[in-house]
Parts: sequence; structure tokens; C-alpha cells
Amino acid sequence: MTYSGTRAAMLPLKDGDKPVVRKLLSSGCCARCVLRFCCISVQAAYRKPPQETLEELRAFIGNTENGKSQQSASDSHDAAGSEPPGEPPMKRAKLEPVEPGAAVGGDASAVVKVEEEESSVCVACLGILQELSGPTQAVKIAERVKEGEYEFDTLVLSVSLPAQLCVREHSCWLHVKKELREKSAALAKDDVIPVKEAFKWIMQGLVAKELGGVAVVIRSLFEVSVEFTHPETEADCHFLASTCASCFKPTKNKQSVFTRMAVVKALEKISDAVFLKHYAFPPPRPSSSCVPQDVKCLHTSIFIAGRYNKFCRSLPQTPWVIDGERRMESSVEELIAAPVLLSFRAAGFNFSSSGREDVDVRTLGNGRPFAMELLNPHRSKLSREEMKHLQETINKSSDKIRVRDLQIVSREAMGRMKEGEEAKTKSYTALVWTQKAIQSQDIAFIDGIKDLTLDQKTPLRVLHRRPLAVRQRVVHRMITRYLDPHHFHLELKTQAGTYIKEFVHGDFGRTKPNMSVLLKMDTDILELDVESVDVDWPPSIPE
Amino acid sequence: MDGVEQRDTEATAPSVIDRYYTRWFRADMKGKPCEDHCILQHSNRLCVITLAETHPILQDGRAIKNINYQISNCCSRLNNKVSGKSKRGGQFLTDFAPLCRITCTDETEYTIYSCIRGRLLEVNESILETPTLLLEKPSTEGYIAVILPKFEESKRITENLLSREEFETVVSKRIVAQSQPS
Repeated sequence: MTYSGTRAAMLPLKDGDKPVVRKLLSSGCCARCVLRFCCISVQAAYRKPPQETLEELRAFIGNTENGKSQQSASDSHDAAGSEPPGEPPMKRAKLEPVEPGAAVGGDASAVVKVEEEESSVCVACLGILQELSGPTQAVKIAERVKEGEYEFDTLVLSVSLPAQLCVREHSCWLHVKKELREKSAALAKDDVIPVKEAFKWIMQGLVAKELGGVAVVIRSLFEVSVEFTHPETEADCHFLASTCASCFKPTKNKQSVFTRMAVVKALEKISDAVFLKHYAFPPPRPSSSCVPQDVKCLHTSIFIAGRYNKFCRSLPQTPWVIDGERRMESSVEELIAAPVLLSFRAAGFNFSSSGREDVDVRTLGNGRPFAMELLNPHRSKLSREEMKHLQETINKSSDKIRVRDLQIVSREAMGRMKEGEEAKTKSYTALVWTQKAIQSQDIAFIDGIKDLTLDQKTPLRVLHRRPLAVRQRVVHRMITRYLDPHHFHLELKTQAGTYIKEFVHGDFGRTKPNMSVLLKMDTDILELDVESVDVDWPPSIPE
Repeated sequence: MDGVEQRDTEATAPSVIDRYYTRWFRADMKGKPCEDHCILQHSNRLCVITLAETHPILQDGRAIKNINYQISNCCSRLNNKVSGKSKRGGQFLTDFAPLCRITCTDETEYTIYSCIRGRLLEVNESILETPTLLLEKPSTEGYIAVILPKFEESKRITENLLSREEFETVVSKRIVAQSQPS
């Protein structure tokens, strides 16, 4: 007889599985975990109510009545000297005197054990595949997702399990392996269905249904994370630190050193014998189930790009805070971010741009390219109209800045923008003051200078936070516009990374040549405007 | 841009130093009369060491014969090398650490001192090539060195230094003392 009993035919179990099933059930494993160790990969089997599965399993092992006497002879060989004496089910079952070496089975002890198993938490999955998976939990997860009011087409369900589950799993596997080896069967650890996978088989469909049939997939922009902890058994993995100290290095963050990865690594290294010395089978019964943490929803970042103008000479690009105190009101990035965060309902942002200007410098012309990463956006798609409207909202909110070409871009686009920072040219207009009185012909020669190479030592004003170095930069061309005996406008087109202020006043002679040297008199810069940032990204959006 | 005043004579406008630096002074360095140093402290806490206008080198039409950054057998300020953002490797200086020795054509010799505690970032090599810079532009192109005080000490370094008003008081007292018949 290959399959025992008609009910068990619904589960693809074989005769050879019987000792495994018996052993695991009596050791405190729940029905679904038993299926896992029997390598049942039929997903539907896990979706049945656990009680049903348990009854099927019992029926499966119970149908040994006919072959019992034959079995007990071989089973006694197994039972003798196997489980340690302190195993609760065996003890409790001794209502009737059990013959040493008799197989587990027989109706009287089975009755007692039914009550035991129904109320107990599984020693392998710590309740995760028991009452922590099922329609009730799916409803709870779906509630949290609905609360967030996220926009998504698909979702991925991820689950985080306590590290000590690996230890318990390892223990069960070793003993099942031993059980089968004696029957000349093999069981690779990879063949056992992992708890995580079984959980997903049960929950994905249920969650999808609760959320109106959304596709629950393997990879998605939207992730729903379920986490379980079990403080009661955290110490289960501690013995691994003594057997495999190299796996558990203390980290800078004071979190537990027993991470899942470290525990898995240690279990790969540890020999069976050493493991069994430290960790008994069956694992001790927990008194409670795992604790589910709050469900976390995370939408992958969205990237917005555009170009900004700055019309104010007292606005920093990023918030100016010293010693916890804000030194200047607002900033370019905050003025742009506020309406954007509202529209996309994002939690936060990272702002970056193709270069930067000082607080007292205006950015005119087409503006400077910028990009923003929006973190955990609850909305991820805006139509062209909505983007236009968002751009208008930003522009109406302040006369200090202006934004154009606002659009959603890919993550890779951020790299394009930074390219521009080093490679491209920029144009400026400076208001120069001269110490000596000049006439327009005195500065005319400047217009004839092409591709002037400067040696710029790191300016003193940034030297406190940048390395000391000399950088060569090229001023491609200049145009002067005489104003009065002590002032003229200087238009420049320069290589990216040129310090304009230092070129005009010389920075204690540390930028050579400089305007003072060229004009043979002291010069200073009174005002500076950025006229253009010559990067052809992001693509322009016609207004 | 904004309108500006028109003046034909050499105009004075707030200079780079006035805009970004605070002037501090140490008078009679190491007890030597009038060997005054001017420390330009940037708002980012970097300090530029310069000669004060009252320093003997800048008086009486002196010319410079030699500037030597080798302050001892094993230490030359020219060998100072810093690397990285945190300026590793820079020689650490205390208040009275010598920066260089200047010999004038009239054989008078002067030592220029650090005046503050901190890491030496650079010394001015331009004045080796063009010593007249030191005479003509002692506060700008003729600077001596750039020093970065420790972050924790950056506010305290001015405790031993004179503010501009205090220094001007010291200088005016000297003039009075000199003009009094001995």
C-alpha cells in the first residue's frame, strides 16, 4: 500500500513520510510545518484551515492499525534511545503504561495529545503559520494599506521573521534527516519549504482579495512589510556566539548582533554534532506566539527634475543652520519642496543640483538644473496638466525663486545632472570695483583675452571644509561694460568649477592670474549673477 | 544691478577683509618692541597671519634681503603638507611657534610667529619669489601663513589677542611715550 487512507490521498504524502509526521507532531510542530518538512510544494495545501490539515495528518499516521505490529518492531528500534526524557507529550501520554519502545500511536494517548496540540504554539514557526496567517490577518494588513491611501498597481509582500526561527528550523531538519537516513532516504535542507514561503503562499492571495484583486507579485514599486518578533525565544541563538564567534561581530549601531544573516551563516558552519550538543530536539515549546509588528508600507522613490531661478540675494540654496539655530530664513530647496511634497504626499526629500550658487548670488537665464528624490510618495503618477499646475503653485508661492521644466524623471537621470557639474560651461555677470579711477579704454583689452587659464588654490572661504589643492580652470571669454571711474560690469564664460569671486579679487593672491593683476590695481567684486548653466538637461517643457 | 556713487579719486569700499574677516592683533610679540602681528580671522574660523602695519619691517623704507621658512635644522615650514578635508599632516603650532625668519638689507633680523594655536595649512611662497609683496601688500598678497585652529578651540583663540580698538590704544600709548622728553 503506497498511500495510507483515503483522506491522506489529498495530500501527496508517502509511506516513508509517516515517521517524520509522527515525530514532528509529537514534538510540537503544527500541521503546516509538518507539510513543510515533508517537502509538500502544493500551495493549496497550506491554504486549508490548519485544523483540517491536522486531522488529515492524524488520519494518515493513524492508519497504521493494520500494519501496526509490523511497524512497532521496526519503530522500537527508532524510539529506543531517541528523544530526551524531558519531552512533555510523551510524559503526559502515559495515562496507560506505554511499553518501552512502543510506537507513538494508539487511541488513548492520541486523545490526550489532541488537546495538547490544539492549544500549543508550534515549536518551529512560533505561531506564524498558525493563527498569524489567515483571513483575519489579511484583513488587518489590507486595512493598514488602505489607511495609507497609496497609489499603486501592484504590491510585493515581504515578511521579516525572528532570527531564532533558523535555529529551530535547523534543529527540526537535523532530526527529520536522521529519521529518514535510517530509512535510506535523503532530505536536503533546500527541499524543506521555508516558513517565509509558506506564509506568502497563504497570505498573498488573501491580501490581494482584500485589496480588490490587486496583483501581489515578486517585484513591485510598492512594498508591504510584515514583521514578527518573539522576545521570549531570542536567547535561542545565543549559543552560536560561542561556537562561531567570527560570525557575530558587534556593529556600530547598538542593535542586536544576532541578525538573521549572521545566524544563517553560523548555522552553515556549525557541525551537526556540535549543534545537537547545544540545542535540544524538540525545541522548547514557547508559551506565546510571535508578536506581529506594525505593517509598514513603502513606495519606492520618485524623482522630479527641473531648472530653478533665484532672484534674491539673501536666500541660501539649502537651509542655513548653525548650532541648531537657523541663520537665514528659508532656502531654495525648501521653497521648491513644500508644494511638491504635498502633491506627491511624500515623507521627505533629497535635493541636488548641477552646482550651487552663494547666498548673495542670483541665478538668471534658463536657471540651474536640479533634481529631487521624493521619499515614500503616496502618489506616484501626475499627469502633464497636474505637473504644470504644481509648477505654477511653486512659482506663485514666492517671488524669490522660479521653477521651469518640472517633470518626473528616472533614478538614472540624477547621474546626468551631476555630469553637467564638472563638464559644462557657465556664464556670469559681475559688478567689479576698482581702487584706481579708470576709463573705458583701460579695460577694453580684457575683451580680447580668450581661454585664460587660472591656477586657483582652494579659496580661503571654503578651505575649512575642502581639501587644499590647486585647480586649473579656464575663463573662455570676457566682455566688459564700463559704468563709471570705479565700476564696470564684467561678463564671463568659464569652465565649470571656476571660482568667480576669487578671480576678481585675487583671494590674497592665491588665484593667479586675477583681475587685480590684469588691471594692476586692487579690485573687488560687489555683485555676481549666474547668467546660464550650460547643461542641456532636463529636457525643456514648452510652456 | 544697483546704482553706485561716482567718485574720481581713489575710493574706499568695504574690502574683502572688511566683509569676511575680523582683525585681531598681538603687540610686541615675545617682548620685542613693536613687532606687531595682525591675525585675520575668517567667519569660517580660518586665520591668516600677517604683519601689522606698525611692524619694524614695514618702517623706515627697509628692503628685504631674505625670507627663510627653515626655522630649525629639522623643520621647514615649506615641507608642510596637508591632505584631505581634515587637513591631516599639517604641522601643529602653538602661539610662539616661529613661522619664518626675515632678514632685511640693513642686517636687522625678525622672526614672525604663529600667534595662535592651530594646524598650519600653508605658508605664502609668493613672498619668496617677490619679497616686495610683503612690503607693499602686507595685509593681502603679502600674508605669511594660513592656520586652522581646532574646532573646539576656535572661539577661545581670541582670548589672548587684542581687538582693533585695544590695539589702537596700545599704539597710541607708544606714540605718547615716544614723544615725551626722556
